[in-house]
Amino acid sequence: MAEPMKIRAKMEGDAADVKVLMSHPMETGQRKNEKSELVPVHFIQSVIATHNGKTVLDIQWSQSIARNPFLGFRVKGAKAGDKVTISWTDTTGDKSSIDTTVAA
Amino acid sequence: MVKFLMASSALAAAGLLGMRSAIAAVWNKTGFESKTTAEALKTLGVSGATVSREIQITAPEIAENGAQVPVTVTSKIPNTQSISIVVDKNPFPLSCTFEFSNGAESYISTRLKMGQTSNVIALIKADGKFFTAAKEIKVTIGGCGG
Repeated sequence: MAEPMKIRAKMEGDAADVKVLMSHPMETGQRKNEKSELVPVHFIQSVIATHNGKTVLDIQWSQSIARNPFLGFRVKGAKAGDKVTISWTDTTGDKSSIDTTVAA
Repeated sequence: MVKFLMASSALAAAGLLGMRSAIAAVWNKTGFESKTTAEALKTLGVSGATVSREIQITAPEIAENGAQVPVTVTSKIPNTQSISIVVDKNPFPLSCTFEFSNGAESYISTRLKMGQTSNVIALIKADGKFFTAAKEIKVTIGGCGG
């Protein structure tokens, strides 16, 4: 099950600075559990960031992104009050999304 | 490409895709499953990327924990379309691709897993051409088997 994300968007100069923390194990398929069994591969493959409904970032990830992934990006021309949305899909088809408004 | 277009229009026609997934790039399976940097770069269509000083990779010189290595890439190359990151010595070197549109600055910040000390390569696509920069990050404890 997808757990909650954290997002923060704040104006810095003429751009919105966005920071996102996702909650996901990002299993590589190479780690063994306490019974020495391989933990199956399970990671976020795709992330889409939108600004007022328009895609600004289209992201593809592998299992080499660290557990509980962090993402930072900037949107030029954004204004305080604009809406920023993040949506991800993982290798099992699980999805999660979150939105926020850009703070001044 | 033709294959992808056919597949996506078929899916769209079948109404299986929502707006958001319809516009998402197709996950580069071959690239992400490549075991060498050279193979991975081929899947991105790269042949002979130009080394550029307009690309800045910000990362620690020494990462004590390979499971969480903060890496930031900034491209000052005009019309940057995408940034990919390759960790040369990882079992699957291609780590991520970020495509920019509609005002996104050519800057990304994330955290990578690194199995061992390796060059971290940033690959930028701008105006259809490829540019690259690399930085070695020393890893004390590898983060792939975690």
